[in-house]
Formats: sequence, structure tokens, C-alpha cells
Amino acid sequence: MTRKQRRLVLIGGSLGVLAIAVGLMLNAFRDSIVFFNSPSDVMEKHVGPGTRIRLGGLVKSGSLVRGNGLRIRFEITDGKDEIPVTYDGVLPDLFREGQGVVAEGALDGSGVFDADTILAKHDATYMPKEVVDALKKSGHWKDDYAQRAALPVTGASK
Amino acid sequence: MIPELGHYALMLAFGIALIQGTMPIFGARSNDPLLMSMATPAALAHFAFVALAFAALAECYVTSDFSVLNVYENSNSAMPLIYRLTSIWGNHEGSMMLWLSILAFFGALVAIFGGNLPAALKADALGVQAWIAAAFELFILITSNPFVRIANAPFEGRDLNPILQDPGLAFHPPMLYLGYVGFSITFSFAIAALLEGRIDAAWARWVRPWVLVAWMCLTLGIAGGSYWSYYELGWGGFWFWDPVENASLMPWLAGTALLHSAVVMEKRDALKVWTILLAILAFSLSLIGTFLVRSGVLTSVHAFATDPRRGVFILAILIAFIGGALSLYAWRAPLLKQGGLFAPISREGALVFNNLFLVTACATVLIGTLYPLALEALTGDKISVGPPFFNSTFGPLFVPLMIVMPFGPLMGWKRGDLLGAAQRLLAAAMLAAVAMAAAFAIARGGPVLAPFGVGVAVFVMAGAVTDIVERTMILRLPLRSALLRAVGLPRSAWGTAFAHFGIGVALLGIIGVTAWGSERIAEVKPGQSLDVAHYRLTFEGTFNRAGPNYQDVVGRFTVYRGSELVGAMEPSRRTFPARDMAVTEAALMTRGVSQIYVSIGDPNKDGSIPVRLYFKPQVLLIWLGAAFMFFGGALSLSDRRLRIGAPRPAKAKPARTKASLQPAE
Repeated sequence: MTRKQRRLVLIGGSLGVLAIAVGLMLNAFRDSIVFFNSPSDVMEKHVGPGTRIRLGGLVKSGSLVRGNGLRIRFEITDGKDEIPVTYDGVLPDLFREGQGVVAEGALDGSGVFDADTILAKHDATYMPKEVVDALKKSGHWKDDYAQRAALPVTGASK
Repeated sequence: MIPELGHYALMLAFGIALIQGTMPIFGARSNDPLLMSMATPAALAHFAFVALAFAALAECYVTSDFSVLNVYENSNSAMPLIYRLTSIWGNHEGSMMLWLSILAFFGALVAIFGGNLPAALKADALGVQAWIAAAFELFILITSNPFVRIANAPFEGRDLNPILQDPGLAFHPPMLYLGYVGFSITFSFAIAALLEGRIDAAWARWVRPWVLVAWMCLTLGIAGGSYWSYYELGWGGFWFWDPVENASLMPWLAGTALLHSAVVMEKRDALKVWTILLAILAFSLSLIGTFLVRSGVLTSVHAFATDPRRGVFILAILIAFIGGALSLYAWRAPLLKQGGLFAPISREGALVFNNLFLVTACATVLIGTLYPLALEALTGDKISVGPPFFNSTFGPLFVPLMIVMPFGPLMGWKRGDLLGAAQRLLAAAMLAAVAMAAAFAIARGGPVLAPFGVGVAVFVMAGAVTDIVERTMILRLPLRSALLRAVGLPRSAWGTAFAHFGIGVALLGIIGVTAWGSERIAEVKPGQSLDVAHYRLTFEGTFNRAGPNYQDVVGRFTVYRGSELVGAMEPSRRTFPARDMAVTEAALMTRGVSQIYVSIGDPNKDGSIPVRLYFKPQVLLIWLGAAFMFFGGALSLSDRRLRIGAPRPAKAKPARTKASLQPAE
């Protein structure tokens, strides 16, 4: 083989692999992307039952109900709209009323969000960015959400 | 006093970094040996001052000096010493200090062990290293100062985030950073080579130990993080495709490619331009990883509460270094001469194949990680790209890589014999077929592809063994001479075999646990039992237990296999009063390489508790595989060829090192 032919083999091979990768990615992008919505987005966009989404907002205070066995019901709110959520399983450590939450699942026919995943977060002061944006959009963001726990109890800093 | 001393030391380190970043590079350009020789003492002094700053911060944590804001926010005097120390990097400011300290440490190592480097190359490399350090020092001093004081010092600290109060924190971040920052050395060498406009096989020989060290640490860091999240987060997942995990996987993929292309460059003087590019990419991806984790642009389990100024600053560092390096590359790379021709079917060809697939896989991970950011910037839509995306792109790209892997080491340089290699791998292929059939017969249920995956994993492992069998000729020669050959084999050959074997082992573990794991989620009352796989767990009840800074509610389970009592497991809910937070402490029971995994939720009023119970078959193989890879890297690193470095030109004094006294191989 000449130098030119070798180079052609190499370039051809690379392009082939690249084409396969692009094909795989486009295919995967079609099936496995999940959109994030706040409760008011769900109302506005009329997200249909069965469409897989992420629903984020605050866990409405006083809405948490433990049902039979491991079934849990609560409501996710962004201050404007709220959507009831059901979840079977053990809640993550940082799940609390009044705190930010992101649930993944789909709406059922009656408008109840059936979550199969509740996202766990590391830090009590940490609020998922999507939730912050959603709260800001609905005008219910309070600056002290972020600062509440971050500031020292006594004395001002510096 | 101590924190101010640390702050001051950090500023001095910044000053030294500026000198180290300019004088030696200028000296290399104007061929001034005096200016070039400044690099070594400057790098050592730089490390000394950074170490002093880090030690000052450590002292604040050890003595629980709550007048320092960072200590107050992340520590508590009731915490055991080990957690007071590890909480140094359990927060943003401290973790940047760790990053910087490791960077300075590596700079000092190059200064100490780089005695056999050409003066100009060493001066340039240390200079580039200093620029990276200076950028991060400025970042820490301006946006993330860990030494800020509080006017009225509080009496007690706010405690470290409970999830981080774990031995995993002592291991995972330092290892990961050793890997990330280790690639800064190869980056600096690549930039130095571009500045010089000259590169040869000796360059690859100098750089390879650093790539190996970084790759080994990164491997262990990723594996350690995976095991930590597996037992700590309470649901037994070992990999989430979380953006931050992807951020550590991408430099690993690029680093693995670099490791292999550097071999080609060292042995055959080919792929120079490509190797330089990979060296730049590996560190660029490490920087992107740092940016993604530290800027808070992504929702991830690793995000600390963040400040937007930091994100902008890191983005600026990112653009300056990656953009600068790639521009320099575009300008200077055409100067580098190509060497070493090879046929497509050859050892080089196999390594190119490896590089092609690794880099493509890395690109798919990068796109999957950044696509949500790009889409949000363009359309405002918020999306998440989850595990299905990565599984259906990354998986198919890795299969051909695995199948070709055993062929690589069996091929000759320049022109390989594919048929011969295939014949020698016949036994391995047959073994793989048997394993596939056995997996198919034993495992009723599970995905159809799983037995195929088992076959591939066994092929990779058997292929690694075949390589050693062929090299030692153990089947053809008498045992004694075969053993002599085994001892005489270069350690890097053993290293390759071990690392490749480890890939197969890890793959076997991943397939086992994802395809045949079982899970039970239920609520149990005392006396009730749950079955999983061959085991029966009986819930005995709960009791309380006090720790140094927490309270445990422990659930006690006895484990039976048939009628035989195997042992007891005690998962708990751990409450930390300082933060009013509770975390799950899962209990693990190891049976061979499989594990039983139990975690519990908060007890209900009637005495019942929610339980997650998993059986994780072969799960330990995942991390055992990583240990094999690490060991393989270590063997390779101890290879005599790398230890003594490149031969010196005849003019230079003969080296009086220990290595030169060893007998020739």
C-alpha cells in the first residue's frame, strides 16, 4: 500500500466510526431526553398523560401523606400551580416539606403525577437550579432560600 | 494569626508562580541557561508556600478555629479528627486549595525528577505549569478565599454535610484530583514541545510515566467514588451518568487514549501530532470537569451552593487555557515532522483503533453532558439527558473496542498478522463461547444481551492471559525456561496484561449486577421476613445507638440461606443534630464477590420500617477490575525503561543513579 492509500484507510475508518457514533446519538436523543417542567409549565403546555417529564418545585407544606405500605402522596408547587404526586418507595434523605424537589415520571389520566424517581441532593442549602429558575419565573423566589442556612448564626461575616 | 499566615503564603505563592511562569520561558527563548535554571528552585519554593497555606488551613480545621468562616461552615468540634481533616476539601474553597496543592506538588516532582530533561523543555514545562497555578491562585484569592474571618467567632461550627462524613471523603477527592491535575503535567509538556517546535520519541518516554500516574490515580479515584456512592446514597447504584461523573470519565477516556498513543510515539515515532492533541484534550477535559462541578451550571449530586462570579472566573480560565493551547497547536503542530509508517493491520493500527473508539466514546459523553446546557442557552427548554442516552451510545461503541483489545498486543509493529493473532486467540474465543452458553443456560431471565456481554468479558480476560502465555511460551517450552522468560518479560508487558484483564473483570461485574441483580422494596414489622435471591432476611426490630456527633436508629436483620444462619445486618438512619439532617447508612454483607445490600427509611409509629433490599451479584468485580487496572499501571510504571528515562547524548556525563547499576535486560 502506498502512503496515500494508508491515509485513506485511516480517514475512511475514522469517518465510519464518527458516522456510527452520530447515528447512535441521534437515535438516543430521540428516545431518552426528558424535559423539565414546573407545575405551571405543565398547566400551560398541556403536557399529556404518559409523557415522561421531570417535575420540579417546592414540596407544598402540609401536603405529605403516607398511604398504604410505601405509597407516598404530596404536592409540588411553584407558588402558582400545584400538582399532586404519588411515589412508591423510600424517599431520599433530604426530602422535606417546603424544600425544593425534582421528580421524574409521567402524569396519569386523572392529572396525578406518578413519579418513579425522586432526585436526591447532597446539601440541605442546595436548591436544584431548575427549581430556582421556575420559582423566579413564577415570582415566588425569595432570596433567603439560598442564604437562610448559609449565613452564620451569630455576628456578621467579615 | 494562622489563617492570615496561610493567606499571605498563598499570595507569595502567586508571586512566585508569576516569576516561574515568565523567566524560564523567556530564558528558553533567548537560550539563557541562567534564566532557564530558575525554573527548578522556583517550582520548589512555589510548592513550599502552597503547602504552607494548605497546612495553615488544616491547622484551622484541626484546632476547630470557628473564627474562620470556612471552618465554621463545614466543621464541628465533636467530629472525629479524621473528618475534621477531610472536611478541608468537603467544600468549595477547601477543595480548590487541595486542587492547587496537588498542582504545586506535581510541579515540584517535575523539578526534582526532571534532571534528565533537556533544559529548555524543562523550563518551558515548569513555566506552563506555573501559569496554571497562577490562574487558580488568583481564582482562590479573589473569589474563594478559605481564610475569611468572622468578626464575632461562633462557639460551635455548623458541621460537615453528613453525607460527606465518611471515610470515602478521605480517599475519593484526593485520588481524583491527583488524576485530574496529573494531566496538567502532560499538558505542560505538550505546550513546551509546541513552543520548542520539536518533538521526538524521547518526549513520549519522559511523558509516559506522568500519564501513567495520572491515569492510575484517576482510575482509582473514579472507582472509589463509585463505591462510595454505592454504599452511601442508599439505593445501590454504582454509576448514575451524573454530569459530574461524566466529567471524571471524560479525562479518563482521553487519558487512556493518550496512554496508548504515547506507546506508538515512543516505539515508532509516529502519531506525534495526535499525541500532543490528546495531551491537550485530557487536561482540557479535566478543566471542563472542574468548571462543571464548581460553577453550579449543572444540577448534580456534587453541587455545593455556588456564587455566579466563580463560574465566570473558571470559564475565563477554561477559555484562556484551552483556547490558547489549541491555537498554539493549530499554529505550531504543522512544524512537527511525521515519522514511522505502518500498515492498517499492525500493532499501531490496533492502537489507532483504540484511540478512535475511545475518543469517539468520549465525544458522545461530552455531547450528552453539554447538550442540556446548549439547548437551554438557545431555546430556554430545560432537559435532562439520562442513563438511557449514555447506555445506548457508549455501550455500542465500547463493544468493538473490547473485541479488538486482545488482538492488539498479539500483533507485530509495522505489519501485523491478523490470521496468526486470530489463531492464537482461538482458545480464548472458545472459552468465551462456553461462558456465553453457560450464562445463557444458568440465567433464566435477564436481558438477552447479557450472556453476550459475559462472552465479551471472558474473551477480554482470556485474551490478556493468552498474551502472557504466548510471550512466555509456557505451553511449548519446559516449565523452567518458561518461568525464566516470564521473569525476563518487561514489566510493562505484565502491566498491559493486568490492566486489560481488569477491564474484563469490571465488565463482568457491571453485566452481572445490571442484568441479574434483584431488588425488594417493602415495609416490614418486627418478626417479618423478606426474600431476595437465595437469602431470607428477618427483621428483628430497631434500637438506638449514639455516635460522637450523631444518633443512630438501627434496624437489625438476621440473614438466612435456607435454614443456615449467615449473619446479621444493621442498617441505620443517622441523625446529625448540628444540621438537623438524617442520612441512610446502608448495611452490606459480602458473599464471595456478590453482596446483600439493605437500607432503611424512617421507622413508622407502629414499629414497621420501609426497607430497600438488594442482591447485587458479582458487584465487587467492578471495583476489583479497577484494582487490576491500577496494579497493571503500577507494574508498567516500575518498568526499567521508564525509570531510567531516555538515553543521554554521548557528551553528557554518564548517570550515576541506582538504575544504571542494574544488569541489562
